[in-house]
Amino acid sequence: MTAPQLIACAPLIVIALAAVVELLLISFHSGERAAAIVAAVGLLLAGASFAAAYAYVPTTITALLVVDRYALFYIGLVLIAGLGTVALAYRYFSSPGELYVLLLLGTLGAAVLAASVHFASFFLGLELLSVSLYALIGYRAVERRGIEAGLKYLVLAGASAAFLLFGMALIYAELGTLEFARMAELVAAGGHARPAIWLVGVALLVTGVGFKLALVPFHLWTPDVYQGAPAPVAAFVATASKGGVLAVLLRFLIEVHGASFPSLVLTISLIAGFSMFVGNLLALLQSNVKRILGYSSIAHLGYLMVALTTPGELAAAAVGYYLAAYVVTMLAAFGVVAALSSAEGEAERLEDYRGLFWHRPWLAAVFTAALLSLSAIPVTGGFVGKFYIVAAGAGSSRWALLVILAVNSAIGLFYYLRIVVAMYSTPVEAPAERRPKIPMASGVVLAGLIACLLWLGLYPTPIVDLLRAPEVVAATASAR
Amino acid sequence: MNLAAIILLPFAGGLLAWAFGSRGASARWLCLVTLVLDLVMTLATLMPRHAGWIEQLDWPWIPQLGIRIHLAVDGVSLLLVLLTLLLGIVSVLASWNEITERVGFFHLNLMWSLVGVLGVFLALDLFLFYFFWELMLVPMYFLIGIWGHERRTYAAIKFFLFTQASGLFMLLAILGLWWVHHRATGEYTFDYVALLGTPMARSTAWWLMLGFIAAFFVKLPAVPLHTWLPDAHTEAPTAGSVILAGLLLKTGAYGLLRFAVPLFPDAAGSFATIALIIGVVGILYGAVLAFAQPDLKRLVAYTSVSHLGFVLVGIFSGSVLGLQGAVMQMICHGLSTGALFMLAGSLQERLHTRELARMGGMWSAVPKMGAVGMFFAMASLGLPGLGNFVGEFLVLVGTWQHHPVIAVLAAVGLVPATIYSLWLVQRVFHGPRHDAWTTHDLSARDLVAQALLVAGILWLGLYPQPVLDSVSGALGHFPAYASVTPEQIR
Repeated sequence: MTAPQLIACAPLIVIALAAVVELLLISFHSGERAAAIVAAVGLLLAGASFAAAYAYVPTTITALLVVDRYALFYIGLVLIAGLGTVALAYRYFSSPGELYVLLLLGTLGAAVLAASVHFASFFLGLELLSVSLYALIGYRAVERRGIEAGLKYLVLAGASAAFLLFGMALIYAELGTLEFARMAELVAAGGHARPAIWLVGVALLVTGVGFKLALVPFHLWTPDVYQGAPAPVAAFVATASKGGVLAVLLRFLIEVHGASFPSLVLTISLIAGFSMFVGNLLALLQSNVKRILGYSSIAHLGYLMVALTTPGELAAAAVGYYLAAYVVTMLAAFGVVAALSSAEGEAERLEDYRGLFWHRPWLAAVFTAALLSLSAIPVTGGFVGKFYIVAAGAGSSRWALLVILAVNSAIGLFYYLRIVVAMYSTPVEAPAERRPKIPMASGVVLAGLIACLLWLGLYPTPIVDLLRAPEVVAATASAR
Repeated sequence: MNLAAIILLPFAGGLLAWAFGSRGASARWLCLVTLVLDLVMTLATLMPRHAGWIEQLDWPWIPQLGIRIHLAVDGVSLLLVLLTLLLGIVSVLASWNEITERVGFFHLNLMWSLVGVLGVFLALDLFLFYFFWELMLVPMYFLIGIWGHERRTYAAIKFFLFTQASGLFMLLAILGLWWVHHRATGEYTFDYVALLGTPMARSTAWWLMLGFIAAFFVKLPAVPLHTWLPDAHTEAPTAGSVILAGLLLKTGAYGLLRFAVPLFPDAAGSFATIALIIGVVGILYGAVLAFAQPDLKRLVAYTSVSHLGFVLVGIFSGSVLGLQGAVMQMICHGLSTGALFMLAGSLQERLHTRELARMGGMWSAVPKMGAVGMFFAMASLGLPGLGNFVGEFLVLVGTWQHHPVIAVLAAVGLVPATIYSLWLVQRVFHGPRHDAWTTHDLSARDLVAQALLVAGILWLGLYPQPVLDSVSGALGHFPAYASVTPEQIR
């Protein structure tokens, strides 16, 4: 490896080093504070190394990874998600620091996904992410629901990995390569004698990824995991995990010009439509806030899939923007849930939020902002994100999907409003016990997230600039 | 005056009221001063000196997508901005005694819903327009949901769902138009002026127009999309009802006038017959239902359905007079309904009921209230000399030119209007007294608010010419309203 390559992948190296340091630290020193600080500093340093890495984009690092602006954008998102989770987890678990090792490794896995251009690194990143998630989801081993959620995730993620591998194998058998860019060349040159096998391979790949993204019909684990996992971990599943996986899926689809295969577009469209309807309709029936957020995340990934059916730069920009808004929003929403909960009991019933505004106005305001962003009301990032998705869809005349999207946004509004109504209704009685104070770390992070949410909603220009960089589309081609 | 300042002033006023308004009076005074200042500055600096745009402001916002902060004011939007600020003042006065809890937060929502309405009336970039369109819903939702009456949660959610869902179809239409324009010219823009006259296929124009129509018909409201209105108006606190009836409904009418018709003139032309029928059905249906309501606020709410039917007929009448009448009716309806809702609020505050059956014989107890009620009931039934008469008359005359049957049917609607207006006065103020109500009459503050509205209605009824000139000067240069020229009027 040359020096530029090392510098370019510095963010990944720093996260990996932070995980090692964390391991050493918790072997010798048991204390949550130090462990959390090391994790946070590690992630911040990884973010700081962007400044150095940015000078060398785009750089390919072996055949496996490429660090381009696209990768850096998504790694940045994953880092924000990781950092947010660390802050929410601090004081939430009264346990020593293995949690932070797992969080760092999971973040590393998602970051690798964002930079991978090869099936090997794709799979490695995915497994690194999954394995840490198994342990994280079942982290509260004393509770039955936590174990159930962890096991469910383990079994289904194992199955989805098998689908993914089979899909990769089919594609390799047909094209003889594991590199995205080479595949694109071969497909463009008509080198695939049997397009059916290539398409089946891609479909299986989408299936495997669909499990991770919780798209219908691969969504069955989602509500249980969101409910059973500790709130900070649920935030991590919703943001970092989905962000990394979506980054690699989008890169793959753009590189192989996925939108030019009608059957593939049809598959993704069907997945998108069903995800929107199933996620939103089932969320209507819930009275558990974490399950509502779980089902709504199914719907939101469905919205994102609408953009994936469209080719080109607008799709990349729409997905990037929507995901950025979604990550910030979900972190804020789960941040409020986490701030009201402790490892002993989660504030997850709708009744726990009744009258929240009148005794915890700031938390209620943060949650309101997050819910309004999820329902795409102006001033919040979610609004610009959805606008972008609809713009991308309109650009490719996907009218049927867009009408479904509009109908579903209206359905979604209904259950988001239920939570808002609960928060602003008059409390039945004064809260009996004095509620725990919010840790400073969570307070600062929540304030920062709301600032980001408003920024994304009011002045999107700088971020749109990041997304419209031409390298995003032709990343590997120009690096070669 | 800078157009952004018109919007930013209430925005800042609301924030300050929230920050310093925990003890009530300071929040009320802050809002009042802000709105009066805004109104005076707007009056002093913006006058319809010439046809077309009086003043514009054009800043870049998201250049990559062709989104700009483009505000502009012409004769029509100026009138509506003035109406907004006036009714804003009235609603602050109306809630002076009514709202005693969470006063700061109430005024934040009050002011920010005005911000949304002002933005809608001023925005000329379709993205910005949609932005404000959705923005005004959230504070209004809180106004109904927190400070409303018995069934406030139901009403608030219904209001939000109806308006937001229909707004999403407008969003699709806006983006569709954006894309059609891009395909035709290679340029990404949401600018209204640039999008006017975008060439497109007939069917495309129809679909896009229907997207806009969906949002505007729900807001207007047009039968059968009106069902959110009686609930929202009835359950909202007085200030909320005044803003809903006086302003939010007008955003729907304004949207039709400014966007739906000029952007798709041909499609709107062939849609006119349907719109006229829907308008007439609204006039008759709203009037009949108003007559059947046992609840005072619900009665006034249904009269809105009827009166806004006239606005819809006027907009699609295809004549100068009809358009002028529509705008006239919008303003007068804002003033008279605002006054009636204030009165209903005052009565409820004193009697703790809105049921007509439990009122009666109030005149002797509260003569000032009775006089004001009588005045606005007369305005509502269209007594000559008051503004509503001018509006309805112009709409009827304008419609008669091309659609005599519609005009006749709409005129029939004036009969039930007379009945329910007189019936309202009869039930509340005359007849035997059910109880020995001993209560105080309107306070000086209420009288000031009502006097502002009375003066407005009288002025519009006796000397409507400036308003009519302002409208024709504003609309004359749109191809869709080509027949509207100042010469024709004089």
